[in-house]
Amino acid sequence: MSATELQILGLTLRTAALATLLIVLPGLGIAWLLARHRWPGKSLVETLVALPLVMPPVATGLLLLELFGRRGPLGRWLHAAGVDVVFTWRAVVLAMGVMSFPLLVRAARVAFEEVNPRLEGLARTLGAGNVRVFVTITLPLAARGIVSGMLLAFARAVGEFGATILVAGNIPGRTSTLSLAIYNLVQLGHDGEAFRLLLFAVAIAFAAVFIAEAFLRRRAA
Amino acid sequence: MSIALESITLTLAHYRLDVTLAMSARTIAIFGPSGAGKTTILELIAGLRTPDAGRIVLNGRDVTNVPPRLRRVGYVPQDDALFPHLSVRRNITYGGPLQSDVVDVLELAPFLDRGVKQLSGGEKKRVALARALLSRPEVLLLDEPLAGVDAELRTRVLEYLLRVRAAFAVPMLYVTHQREEVEAIAEEVVVLDRGRITGQSAVADWREMNPPPVASRWSNT
Repeated sequence: MSATELQILGLTLRTAALATLLIVLPGLGIAWLLARHRWPGKSLVETLVALPLVMPPVATGLLLLELFGRRGPLGRWLHAAGVDVVFTWRAVVLAMGVMSFPLLVRAARVAFEEVNPRLEGLARTLGAGNVRVFVTITLPLAARGIVSGMLLAFARAVGEFGATILVAGNIPGRTSTLSLAIYNLVQLGHDGEAFRLLLFAVAIAFAAVFIAEAFLRRRAA
Repeated sequence: MSIALESITLTLAHYRLDVTLAMSARTIAIFGPSGAGKTTILELIAGLRTPDAGRIVLNGRDVTNVPPRLRRVGYVPQDDALFPHLSVRRNITYGGPLQSDVVDVLELAPFLDRGVKQLSGGEKKRVALARALLSRPEVLLLDEPLAGVDAELRTRVLEYLLRVRAAFAVPMLYVTHQREEVEAIAEEVVVLDRGRITGQSAVADWREMNPPPVASRWSNT
């Protein structure tokens, strides 16, 4: 593996892992609220959360660029605080996180819905408050589904292209992830090198999906 | 023990539960056919359901709006609802510390550190009983504890229930559709049909009276 390939692979894995970790808490929170509660605006939130799945990734990227650009409503505020997002590795993480979020929420929601609410109710009769019920009953029983969702979200993040290229650009050595590098190499006619990276992409995706499925099978057993 | 349900109403799928009831014996059976609302009454007392109207008073304390964790009831549901990811020990100590007398009376020592999935039906029932007892409840709510247990095991589980009644001072509210169980365990019986109380008396009197035809029809089911 060449130094460039190593750098591309390292950047991709690091940013995808960070994006996945960053969406875990909000993702679990929203998934739990969607699975266990009725509240006003629930359908709206459900739709908003699913949007990145169905919207063109480039459109999501454009939206993020507008929001987080130096003159954007969030970007202006972040810039004032000394944090620039667009065209940096942070934008890569942002695009990956936004695009992977629906997958994590969906998997976690199904996992929470599969936990028998009677077990949670019974734990309450034994003196447990909401936090203890969540930590000792709901979360462990939903864990396999959640981990499987995290792996799928990670795999999606690794493959992210459309939103990333808009909001992070395609800067070799800085924001050029596996997908973007493959695109670059093909554009330049370096198909052989592109195929080498393709093999890495396939291996990562295969491993993530395989492990995720294994987790789900263990849950069903 | 005193349990009072004052003008409790709750709309169910096929009828409306409408119950006013005061019970004060140490072991009370709620007797009625399947779908009479027996389990619903236990869930109302445990706080797992909220009535449309009325008051629930446990030992003089109005618990209608008290969350389940503060009601101090030990609920043993028909399906046991053991926590599948926890060992027997962690299941039974979920609501309170281990007590050797409970372990001895229910003969749990041989399988304390096993997973609950490996237990037989009778063992699971004993674990569910121990879990409820160790939470130091003011009343034990037993939902058809002998249902779905084969004839031989029934006698054994009933023996354990009688042992619990003898060894611990905790009052019991016992739901069943089996006449023999009422006679074997209860001092007082409340007859329920389609969400209405149709009779309440000491079990001795109930036995002496010619059983109502509708009750005798259930006696051999």
